[in-house]
Amino acid sequence: MKKILAALLILVLAMTGMALAEDVKVMTYADYAAAAIDDEVVIECYVQAHQSWWDNKITVYAADQDGAYFLYEMACSEEDAAKLLPGTKIRVTGYKGEWAGEVEVMDASFEFVEGEAYVAEAKDLTEVLATEELVNYQNQLAIFKGLTIEAIEYKNGEPGDDIYVTLKQGEGTYSFCVERYLTGPDTEVYAAFAELVPGDVVDITGFVYWYNGVNTHITAVAKAE
Amino acid sequence: MMKHGRMAALISLLCICCLLLSGCHGANEQSAFHLPGHFDESRTYEITFWTKNDTNMTQVEIYNNTIAEFEKIYPNIKVNMRLYTDYGRIYSDVLTNISTGTTPNVCITYPDHIATYLTGQNSVVALDEMLTDEKWGLGGSQIKFDAPTRDEIVPQFLSECEFNGHTYALPYMRSTEACYVNKTFVEKLGFTLPETLTWDFVWEVADAATAKDENGNYLVNGQKTMIPFLYKSTDNMMIQMLRQKEAGYSTAAGDILIFNDTTRGLLKNIAEHVKLGAFSTFKISSYPANFLNAGQCIFAVDSTAGATWMGSDAPLIDIPEDQLVEFETVVMEIPQFDPENPRMISQGPSVCIFNKEDPQEVMASWLFTQFLLTNRVQIDYSCTEGYVPVTLKAQQSAEYQDYLAREGEDNQHYYDIKLKAAKLLLNHVDDTFVTPVFNGSASLRDAAGQMIEEVTKGIRRKKTVDDAFVDDLYKKMTSLYRLTPAEEGSQAVQQLSGPLPQTAVLLIVCLAAAWTGIVAYGIIRWLKDRKIANSKKND
Repeated sequence: MKKILAALLILVLAMTGMALAEDVKVMTYADYAAAAIDDEVVIECYVQAHQSWWDNKITVYAADQDGAYFLYEMACSEEDAAKLLPGTKIRVTGYKGEWAGEVEVMDASFEFVEGEAYVAEAKDLTEVLATEELVNYQNQLAIFKGLTIEAIEYKNGEPGDDIYVTLKQGEGTYSFCVERYLTGPDTEVYAAFAELVPGDVVDITGFVYWYNGVNTHITAVAKAE
Repeated sequence: MMKHGRMAALISLLCICCLLLSGCHGANEQSAFHLPGHFDESRTYEITFWTKNDTNMTQVEIYNNTIAEFEKIYPNIKVNMRLYTDYGRIYSDVLTNISTGTTPNVCITYPDHIATYLTGQNSVVALDEMLTDEKWGLGGSQIKFDAPTRDEIVPQFLSECEFNGHTYALPYMRSTEACYVNKTFVEKLGFTLPETLTWDFVWEVADAATAKDENGNYLVNGQKTMIPFLYKSTDNMMIQMLRQKEAGYSTAAGDILIFNDTTRGLLKNIAEHVKLGAFSTFKISSYPANFLNAGQCIFAVDSTAGATWMGSDAPLIDIPEDQLVEFETVVMEIPQFDPENPRMISQGPSVCIFNKEDPQEVMASWLFTQFLLTNRVQIDYSCTEGYVPVTLKAQQSAEYQDYLAREGEDNQHYYDIKLKAAKLLLNHVDDTFVTPVFNGSASLRDAAGQMIEEVTKGIRRKKTVDDAFVDDLYKKMTSLYRLTPAEEGSQAVQQLSGPLPQTAVLLIVCLAAAWTGIVAYGIIRWLKDRKIANSKKND
């Protein structure tokens, strides 16, 4: 009798597990990249950084070993936001969207997933900056070396808000940004720009964000050696 | 366990009651402000001014100059300005600061927001007495600058700041929405712009613009991208459509009327055009101005206060130069259902004063607020965009009239699209309207726009927008924005009691089977033990 009951329980649990697993079809990065705009997407990825939590929403820069994701205003409690540390694995369900050229996951929700943490290393995209290939690296953490600062402008004219940085590489000019909700005035990178002036040659690290063209969200800056 | 559960529920209930009794935001209760008989200039005051600016440096300069000029006149008052990128953040921060008693002194805001601020008792100063006081009122004898009197404020704009029987703000700037049209493309498609745009005309042209060639390029622009009709503020879109149709939105008392058949019809109609690719929104696609200027949009509806971004020659451009397309831009009223009786929203920032324990500090705030309505500030600020000054004094001044007369002299200060946008409002003040203000009206506005967003996204995500979709949407909005009284709020519960997903049903069946097995095993085991015990007893 015991054996029969044990077998029944195992069967029941297995069926339950199968039923739940059947519902979640996690996409690979390739699947995600191939999905059309407005398709529903389910991905597993690792938090790399996030903007400040607000109004039960959070915008996350995420990645896996194959690519990167921008999770725009994902539903998130303040309590869960505190747990979204770099490397944390999450499963995200939402819709693929595109806003001013930035491909993102919209209207998303997420759950924490057990797994080893992963933090991507910055990819050197210096040679790719001027090419059309750059868009393939959208949202990844990248480093661009030897860029010349052309202008540094504080949004609304004074420190406190975003910093717009115009950079030059060869003939090309690029607008990057220190996004205050990602790296605000109390961060090292924000303060570093107060010490820089046009003409300085710098190495820039940041997430390859898009706004009508590349608009990297800067996370670190250093004078080029 | 049961006892603990009940105790927890009781404690929770008590906590909720305590919170309700202490006010929605745990507000610091204050007594109402009364205008003191004098302003003590022997003391110094430091006041904070929260306002909004999103990258328009000219506006920032005007604010800085305004503060500098004011401090020259009243050297004992120091004004600290804090700039926000959007009104939503100001609203949120004010609500947080009401609970901690750290509100700003003066704040640019919207009446809908003030209605919520008022849940903190006396948190916002009622200005009734201050509007007319002979000495310290608007344009009073003791004011050290040339402030407008109450009668010199455009009555309609001032009335927009009156609710609950009081005036809680002064208008600061006013705008409406305009439709910025790529006339070149309209004509290329074989249409002629009417004197007043109608919804039928806009939809017809927009639908026609979705035709593509065999390579997937749009015929009208030869590009891969074309959103013929793009709306910035979908809450305004729904509100204005309903008003034009004289359909329900809300009553002045705050009864929610929006979930009606007219709204349903509008949503289903919008869905039909989304299906063709004729319509999208700012939240889904991006700024209408950018698509318009890249030749990827024909009808871009945005505020008249966004006019400097519109058109091939706009002074402010947000797309790479190589994406700019040359075309003729026309500024028109938003589309209408009845062109003979056009209706359009009146919008724009107002300014309110937060109450403080020290009446003299409030006086300092009041003086600065009046200063924001002086001609210099009103004219300078309104000229940065397609805004209109809120005082007749400024509107009728020779300086402002000269400005209006110089339309198109250059593509900066006298940019023709900007001036046309301002004139659109000046010519239609009597056709403007505002929605009723009450605690919750800000949420209703959000819901109005969100319904259009949801329908648009729904179609794009291959869902069917039919009556069932709209029914669900109404329930979702009702619940999300808490738009119904408690007893009607149970609709949300009904939504939850709908059919369960298949996996959930399977899970429940499995769990039930497992528990049945466990219970059955327990009973069998108990019967067996009992049998053994009985047989031992008999032995």
